[in-house]
Amino acid sequence: MSEGCGAPVQTAQLPAGVDAEKEVVLTGQVVAGGDTAGSAGEPVAGAFVRLLNRDGEFTAEVVSSPQGDFRFYAAPGDWTIRALHRSGNGTATVTATGPGIHPVNVSIA
Amino acid sequence: MSRENVLVSAGWAEENLDTKGVVFVEVDEDTTAYDAGHIPGAVKLDWRDDLQDPVVRDFIDRTGFDKLLSGKGISNNDTVVLYGGNNNWFAAYAYWYFKLYGHNDVKLLDGGRKKWELDGRPLTGEVPQRAATSYAATEQDGSLRAFRDEVVAAIGTKNLVDVRSPDEFSGKLLAPAHLPQEQAQRAGHIPTAINVPWSKAANEDGTFKTDDELRELYAAEGIDESRSTIAYCRIGERSSHTWFVLHQLLGMSDVKNYDGSWTEYGSLVGVPIETGTGKGN
Repeated sequence: MSEGCGAPVQTAQLPAGVDAEKEVVLTGQVVAGGDTAGSAGEPVAGAFVRLLNRDGEFTAEVVSSPQGDFRFYAAPGDWTIRALHRSGNGTATVTATGPGIHPVNVSIA
Repeated sequence: MSRENVLVSAGWAEENLDTKGVVFVEVDEDTTAYDAGHIPGAVKLDWRDDLQDPVVRDFIDRTGFDKLLSGKGISNNDTVVLYGGNNNWFAAYAYWYFKLYGHNDVKLLDGGRKKWELDGRPLTGEVPQRAATSYAATEQDGSLRAFRDEVVAAIGTKNLVDVRSPDEFSGKLLAPAHLPQEQAQRAGHIPTAINVPWSKAANEDGTFKTDDELRELYAAEGIDESRSTIAYCRIGERSSHTWFVLHQLLGMSDVKNYDGSWTEYGSLVGVPIETGTGKGN
């Protein structure tokens, strides 16, 4: 793994060496123009995606990939994902009950 | 020390892109962001490839720093404005590093790359050509950098500020949540350390909170201003951000950054480690 603390490039595919059966992975896309009726919206690249814990405290931040992807390695619990972009901001929540991949998309407006 | 001397706004920066004697420097761990687009005129520094010794776990030496800055076209008299991604972590680290080697006039761009991008300010892929200089660093300023023995001796006597996330502090996670968690060393924190995550000092857009907000924050967390202070995180960049706040913005005296941080401390044999919140449980 990276020696540093910087945010790695975000991809939809899990990096080699990451065990989804052990890690609590929160992953998804930042989208614009999506709606609850089922429209997925357009992916937003270069959004600042922040992971906040159940108390609303900052935990981590990455930049969404050209396809709008982001990924966090967290712990079980309730999490908030906050996305900032010059075209708008958005928030989504996700509950991770245990290890595995927990999908969550954030729609910005 | 005051905010005006150490911090510039994105607005000021955009007005001073062509000002003689002002050099913008983007600092990151992953310089692909710079390569894709950076503040016009800015040169890049790679946190690892440029600033770390390739063999020993330490910084490049004084001669190496002279050579690096000379090659980048930076003079001793230049005003160096540092910025980067990750809420300026690596820029703050470079700020501390420039101070360590005695650079006189260094400033951070408030909000770093994030604020610049959120504002929709210009970026370019064009790499500037700067004529080489003859940079001359000083010896490292030992008053800014803490080593492990001093940190162990500081338990219970100095302010130890652990700026990692609460889950890293308590021992639940070994690394920030955007990185895979597998690692060899023990989890937890240095006994008597208080946990004030670096992020509490910053707004959502990456800019620093006001001096009043910052004073209130650290006072509420129990920092004793009459004591010396050592800040640490996992590898020393997030703690540079807090070092900047305590020493450069708030003007506290005797604040050191422990760049060995948890990757060193959590691997030492026999040193005391505490887990949990540090607040009586």
